[in-house]
Amino acid sequence: MFSRLGYNIRQAFAQIWRNKAMSFTAVLAITAMMLVLGIFFVAFVNVDLFANVIQQDYNVVEVYLDDSVAEEDLPEVEQALTDIGGVERLEYRSKEDALEIMKNRWGENGYLLDNLETNPLPNSYLVYVTEKSDADRLSVEARDIPGVTDVTYYQDTVDKLSKITHFIQIGSVVVMAFLVIVSVIVVANTIKLTVFNRSKEIGIMKYLGATDWFVRSPFIVEGIIIGALAAGISAGLMYLLYSKLTDVIGPDILRVLSVPVVPVNYMIYNLLIIFMALGVGIGTCGSIVSIRRFLDK
Amino acid sequence: MILFRNVSKNFGSNVGLANASVHINKGDFVFLVGPSGAGKTTFIRLILKEIDPDKGRITLAGKDITHLSRREIPALRQKIGMVFQDFRLLEKKTVFENVAFAMEIHNAKRRDIKKQVMYVLDLVGIADKKDRYPNELSAGEQQRVGIARAIVNNPRVLICDEPTGNLDPVTAMEIMDLLDKINLRGTTILMVTHAKDIVDKMNKRVVAIENGRIVRDEEGQYGLDTEGDFYDGRDVEVDNYVF
Ligand SMILES: Nc1ncnc2c1ncn2[C@@H]1O[C@H](COP(=O)(O)OP(=O)(O)OP(=O)(O)O)[C@@H](O)[C@H]1O
Ligand SMILES: [Mg+2]
Repeated sequence: MFSRLGYNIRQAFAQIWRNKAMSFTAVLAITAMMLVLGIFFVAFVNVDLFANVIQQDYNVVEVYLDDSVAEEDLPEVEQALTDIGGVERLEYRSKEDALEIMKNRWGENGYLLDNLETNPLPNSYLVYVTEKSDADRLSVEARDIPGVTDVTYYQDTVDKLSKITHFIQIGSVVVMAFLVIVSVIVVANTIKLTVFNRSKEIGIMKYLGATDWFVRSPFIVEGIIIGALAAGISAGLMYLLYSKLTDVIGPDILRVLSVPVVPVNYMIYNLLIIFMALGVGIGTCGSIVSIRRFLDK
Repeated sequence: MILFRNVSKNFGSNVGLANASVHINKGDFVFLVGPSGAGKTTFIRLILKEIDPDKGRITLAGKDITHLSRREIPALRQKIGMVFQDFRLLEKKTVFENVAFAMEIHNAKRRDIKKQVMYVLDLVGIADKKDRYPNELSAGEQQRVGIARAIVNNPRVLICDEPTGNLDPVTAMEIMDLLDKINLRGTTILMVTHAKDIVDKMNKRVVAIENGRIVRDEEGQYGLDTEGDFYDGRDVEVDNYVF
């Protein structure tokens, strides 16, 4: 059985080489498909991570204070905030605490924050509200309190982001389904050439009592090789693309969002697994489709 | 060994086989003759389960094969050797590899393959050419390879579709001698042929088909007895071969 596997693999490479043009087209088509999928995946994973991180703050309105607000003025600000109504609890967060929290969020990239000369983060209040409607009102009215520079309220962002992740999910499923079908057809047509080349052999095999799986196996091996090649190439290209992406715009995004991006190695490792599974699946399906007609007794 | 009871097979309006009943016993050597389009190939295809009959029953080695599932067919074909008019050898494989291929398909062990292939190559008289490729062989030699491949799995039945059709008369007779030898070892042989001289010379049982009907069977009184059981003057063998 294993000697036969080795034989099948050699045969498959020979066939792929013999049908260079078609095999290349098939690999290219699957690679293109995988790149589209990969980009969707990268976008999804990062947006999802971001949504999860800020989700923690979702019932919180963050009120930022100007550095000129002195410690003895704080009770006044607290009173003003409480007067707006709907406040369940107030939590003061000094700029030092804020930096510490940001460092933790950045995880392994946290060291980047170590050698800042001045702390760019403001002092702030975390205002926990009882009702979402209070939060909406509070985020508007708190701006008028003297010493307040900015108010952020993440609920809207979270809602938007979950819409985006949802959209990316649906979009990638639809695009994927379409691309997978196209890939299977391309692989099937490529392997059909091999099937034609070996139709006599297939006929003889069947007279000699070969099972369907025995007849299929060399073609499935060929399909799997095509799929695996495409998976390897795609993972390689995604690696280049994603490390460039995190290099160039990564740090800026980090600073603005105060959220880490998913590390390159983790991302590519997962993509490679997904691509391989997909490539092997497409190769197998394509070859089974291409030989189906020949197996009818 | 092979039992057809009132088998009919139509292809649209074409008659393939019409109410045909034939009993071929274990160890028989039977010629199947008839004009073109008579139904000879249809008969063979029914045995190999390439097609299913419309009516009637077919039994092989005691097992009803009228309707087999797709998964049962490989095991059936392993028990039937096929010899073709055009040899159907794989050009890129040597003589040895061509014959070994028939065993590899059934996952035989490498050692068994070597022993058995050499044994049958010797039997058909072509062991010395085992490393040649088909295009380096004469037509007669190629057919010997075809026969070796057909018998290498020790089939119960050998079916030959005009095995001498592409051979000159002398070579044809050599092949017939070989088939006779294989028959004497106990293998049942069913051979389709147009060659009247071979049929005459061999002096074996002849079943003639025309328009899908059995019009002549040397063994005489074939037919169904009053209970509807098949009767041809001999006992229907009880063959419990399982496959
Ligand atoms: N797949 C098919 N579709 C339609 N008609 C068929 C098919 N196969 C066989 N037939 C018809 O069935 C009849 C018997 O055909 P068969 O091939 O059994 O003849 P044969 O005895 O083998 O002839 P030959 O000596 O020329 O090989 C013929 O009339 C043929 O046209
Ligand atoms: Mg015919």
